Amino acid sequence: MKVLVPVKRVLDYNVKARVKPDQSGVDLSNVKMSMNPFDEIAVEEAVRLQEAGTATETIVVSIGPAKAQETIRTGLAMGMDRGVHVQTDDDLEPLAVAKILKAVAEAEGADLVITGKQAIDNDYGSTGGMLAALLDWPIGSAANSMSKDGDALTVVKEVDGGLQTVKLQMPALVTTDLRLNEPRYASLPNIMKAKRKPIEAKTPADYGVDTTPRLKTLKVTEPAAREAGIKVEDAAALVDKLKNEAGVL
Amino acid sequence: MAVLVIAEHDNASLKDATHKTVTAAAKMGGDIDVLVAGKGIKDVMAAAAKIDGVRAVLGVDHDSLERQLAEAMEVVVVGLMDGYDAVLSPDTTTHKNYMPRVAAKLDVQQISSVTGVESADTFVRPIYAGNAMATVQSTDAKKVVTVRTTAFAAAGEGGSASASDSAANIGDLKSEFVSEELTKSDRPELTAAKTVISGGRGMGSGENFKLLEGIADKLGAAMGASRAAVDAGFVPNDWQVGQTGKSVAPELYIAVGISGAIQHLAGMKDSKVIAAINKDEDAPIFSVADYGLVADLFKALPEFEAELEKAGV
Ligand SMILES: Cc1cc2nc3c(=O)[nH]c(=O)nc-3n(C[C@H](O)[C@H](O)[C@H](O)COP(=O)(O)OP(=O)(O)OC[C@H]3O[C@@H](n4cnc5c(N)ncnc54)[C@H](O)[C@@H]3O)c2cc1C
Ligand SMILES: Nc1ncnc2c1ncn2[C@@H]1O[C@H](COP(=O)(O)O)[C@@H](O)[C@H]1O
Repeated sequence: MKVLVPVKRVLDYNVKARVKPDQSGVDLSNVKMSMNPFDEIAVEEAVRLQEAGTATETIVVSIGPAKAQETIRTGLAMGMDRGVHVQTDDDLEPLAVAKILKAVAEAEGADLVITGKQAIDNDYGSTGGMLAALLDWPIGSAANSMSKDGDALTVVKEVDGGLQTVKLQMPALVTTDLRLNEPRYASLPNIMKAKRKPIEAKTPADYGVDTTPRLKTLKVTEPAAREAGIKVEDAAALVDKLKNEAGVL
Repeated sequence: MAVLVIAEHDNASLKDATHKTVTAAAKMGGDIDVLVAGKGIKDVMAAAAKIDGVRAVLGVDHDSLERQLAEAMEVVVVGLMDGYDAVLSPDTTTHKNYMPRVAAKLDVQQISSVTGVESADTFVRPIYAGNAMATVQSTDAKKVVTVRTTAFAAAGEGGSASASDSAANIGDLKSEFVSEELTKSDRPELTAAKTVISGGRGMGSGENFKLLEGIADKLGAAMGASRAAVDAGFVPNDWQVGQTGKSVAPELYIAVGISGAIQHLAGMKDSKVIAAINKDEDAPIFSVADYGLVADLFKALPEFEAELEKAGV
């Protein structure tokens, strides 16, 4: 079984996004960038499948600027076999990303694609579902656990009411939720080893995908700020304020 | 212009998220139809027909729609889109599961979790855990939109739309439903509750969430949690409030033993009133709290409950 994991380079989750004064977007100059946390979980799952002998090859792919190579190297250092870098300086929308990923999945003959459930920068949460539809594959969204039995993949999904189990015919697509696993840290020897693993260089044009954006960003603004609150002395004061000042009890 | 709104329901009853999505749809202008896709959905259809501003209710009744499997929903919705310029659903897990499939099949870019509708093609949505708000205009012929329901008031009831059954051509699917393990609770639903009380890592254990229960009972509150509390196994996953969990915007949100990481704030900072109990006076949660109590929760919670009692709450 070949496993493909798409990973995105995003603003590190510990960094607070700052809106640019001209309202054109978020300032990404001189800030820490990392692999999207949900994608780390996807990489970890793929590596575990390989360690268990279920996966025969694991491929990590990223679509993004030159620096997305670093993100691919992170995946390789965690244990993925090889990388594909589709280089573009444009911030592609999920539809375009999904179209490129479809071409990569087909070119690689992937049996399983594991994406993150959402990228924490744009918060679209749509690439995985779009890719599954373009491939006409079934999907297990927001996986809490997964296991392969025969030709089928059983996925326990996190849903609003609790957990739901579905069975998917392979090939299939899974998106990761936070509880699927705890990603490993790459060891120094593995980081060194990853430097020698191959990364294939591609462009969106290689796959014949039109990446023209469908959405025009008119402006990006700061959210409405909350007014500063007060500290109260004790529980009695808290109840008093909530009841008599805020009127919410 | 015609807009299709997809109903949120559990086959037995229609959920409020539907009414809120109708409000978002109304801001786009045009006629609004509601799709009820499920199994044994007569009552849900009747309820949907009462929503103000709805032109027609379409019901699709099918075994594969009982759990609204992604592939089945894709077929049903895509099949209807010839007659619509836009499709809107709540941004709950049910719809997040298949709306991207609909968008891909229609070759349009989905606009996820909108908190504002400016016009038929322009929407506002939070990005970067709500630290920025993007106003985007879609150039696609059809719009596929999921709605952050907490940002919209529920449409009223008093309408009398027509309701009709519609057939669906759902063939063999490559996925099947196996089982479900739903969290049982007599409390109000987290995203719809007027009051929410959430616990974080500071609660120390699942057992200690009992300290919140008495208060939740008195306040008729739903219970929520931070990711850390869920990851630690204190409470079920569906209690998680935040960027990657549920968004809530109650009248009152009480955060207990929660530090206030940006990912948590993303899911609750639109609450009307926020109260926080934390022993660390520098905890970031206090920067969004209207009322902050710097205290050890193990001492403060029993006192808080007793004071509520005294105040006749
Ligand atoms: C990809 C990603 C997605 C995420 N999504 C979410 C999300 O959706 N929702 C979410 O909540 N988080 C999310 N997080 C996690 C987030 O970054 C924080 O780690 C998490 O919110 C912290 O939870 P906490 O506040 O309960 O724990 P901590 O940050 O550990 O805070 C515990 C707090 O309890 C206080 N405390 C401890 N003991 C006591 C006591 N006895 N009395 C009073 N106060 C006490 C401490 O002072 C501290 O402030 C996400 C993270 C990532 C990377
Ligand atoms: N540029 C990209 N390159 C590779 N994978 C991506 C890219 N953008 C999104 N993805 C994948 O799609 C998932 C969901 O992203 P999104 O739909 O943007 O929230 C991510 O977690 C990644 O697995």
